[in-house]
Amino acid sequence: MAETIVLEVSRYCPERDTEPTFQSFDVPFRKDWVVLDGLNYIKDKLDGSLSYRWSCRMGVCGSCGMMVDGEPKLTCATFLSDYVPGPVRVEPLRYFPVVRDLVIELTDFMRKLKHVKPWIVREEEKLLSEGEYLQTPDELDAYKQFSMCINCMLCYSACPVYGLDPHFVGPAAIALAQRYNMDSRDEGSRQRLDILSEHEGIWACTFVGECSTVCPENVDPAGAIQRYKLTAALDAVKSLLTPWGAK
Amino acid sequence: MAQKRSAEPLLWALFSIGGTVAALLVPVHLFLFGLAIPLGWLEDPGHARLLALLRLPLARLYLFVLCSLALFHWAHRFRFTLYDGLQIKHLNEVVFAFCYGGAFLGTAAAAYLLWNVP
Amino acid sequence: MSEAPIYTEYHPRWYRAKISTYWWLGRWPYLKFTLRELSSIAVAFSVVITLFLIRAVIRGPEAYGEFQSRLRTPWAIAAAAVAFGFVLFHTVTWFNSAAQAMVVRVKGKRVPGAVVVAANYAAWLILSGVVTWFLLGG
Repeated sequence: MAETIVLEVSRYCPERDTEPTFQSFDVPFRKDWVVLDGLNYIKDKLDGSLSYRWSCRMGVCGSCGMMVDGEPKLTCATFLSDYVPGPVRVEPLRYFPVVRDLVIELTDFMRKLKHVKPWIVREEEKLLSEGEYLQTPDELDAYKQFSMCINCMLCYSACPVYGLDPHFVGPAAIALAQRYNMDSRDEGSRQRLDILSEHEGIWACTFVGECSTVCPENVDPAGAIQRYKLTAALDAVKSLLTPWGAK
Repeated sequence: MAQKRSAEPLLWALFSIGGTVAALLVPVHLFLFGLAIPLGWLEDPGHARLLALLRLPLARLYLFVLCSLALFHWAHRFRFTLYDGLQIKHLNEVVFAFCYGGAFLGTAAAAYLLWNVP
Repeated sequence: MSEAPIYTEYHPRWYRAKISTYWWLGRWPYLKFTLRELSSIAVAFSVVITLFLIRAVIRGPEAYGEFQSRLRTPWAIAAAAVAFGFVLFHTVTWFNSAAQAMVVRVKGKRVPGAVVVAANYAAWLILSGVVTWFLLGG
């Protein structure tokens, strides 16, 4: 059993470098350690200047996404023992601008999430006195899968369309839109469809499907997008055939 | 109020139907006439039989729909392949014209041929 | 969303990696995806062959015979074999992704994905049989 394992970590200091380089660290190999444990060891004992994001260390916050040997992963859920004998290459999430070391700029992502109106839209709100909007378990099942997103951005790192054109709204944002479209309490499908029908909305997606493969929560954003395309296409055909329709 | 006037949903619908039709029917057509008959695995039906089949209006309609939809499937998919593969989004209009124009020409050729079966 | 990301003006020190033209060679799923997309060329090729075949039938028995002998040349067989491989790949990838793209509900219950996929394959086999029977036998 190896005593240590090498982590090759991408370093980028904007004041000093024009592009990232790799720095190798020898990290203790423990069979219950994840990549995040390795990074924390580096920061604690070897090089305190290493910068990266993490929080819950248990796969629910979505903060610690990074590229591990070229695959987008949550580093708190990626065991070192799967990469023995190493070295393990750790890089910042692909297709995002790098601020420093393993920290990426995610304002674009946050903006896109807001862009799809991720809230219950009602034509008329019920009065508080009338009580809650009721929902059956089957109605919940219709959208529950899409509500499990932890905003970790692994899907954006897996999506070549996003890599080639950062204007693309992206898998998580569209899955989030679907979460509300399919919510029985919501009446905002029309508004979201207008937003996402632009060329950089759902139509830029070519169903590579990698987003669903890397998703740690099985949200299946690729499925959400394809289903959305079908809905939008049927809607377009219907309005073509019945232009006098009310909407 | 329909979606913002974009052709994209309809083009995708064409791609989708075309892809389904192509998936279901193109393999057998290509297998029969591209491999099985030329290689002698199956007997050539012969000119007379094929002409008789072609004369059936339903057969001609079937072939027209099959060819046209399959071509529009190609057009949409190839357009995005050129965008993403060659990263030539700046040649947007050229790619668009080449792909859908090509599918349209193929459709017109199919229509012309099938209309003029003797 | 057609506005350019506004942060680019103010942060020239953020590192942005360039995407290589050969991005799709980097990982097997990307390569598989690209091959799937290229299969559309094989589909178009099949349509073109079919149109030439129809033209040959229309022109008469000699033209048909000549076209058939062209199809028997090694190059034609090779091209057809390659195209057939791609066309099969299109069929398989299309059907396998059907379950993800479509949620079918019967009486409120979601039909399992495997059933949707199997139904597609069944339809494919049946239709192929019908076409073969129609063209060769019947």
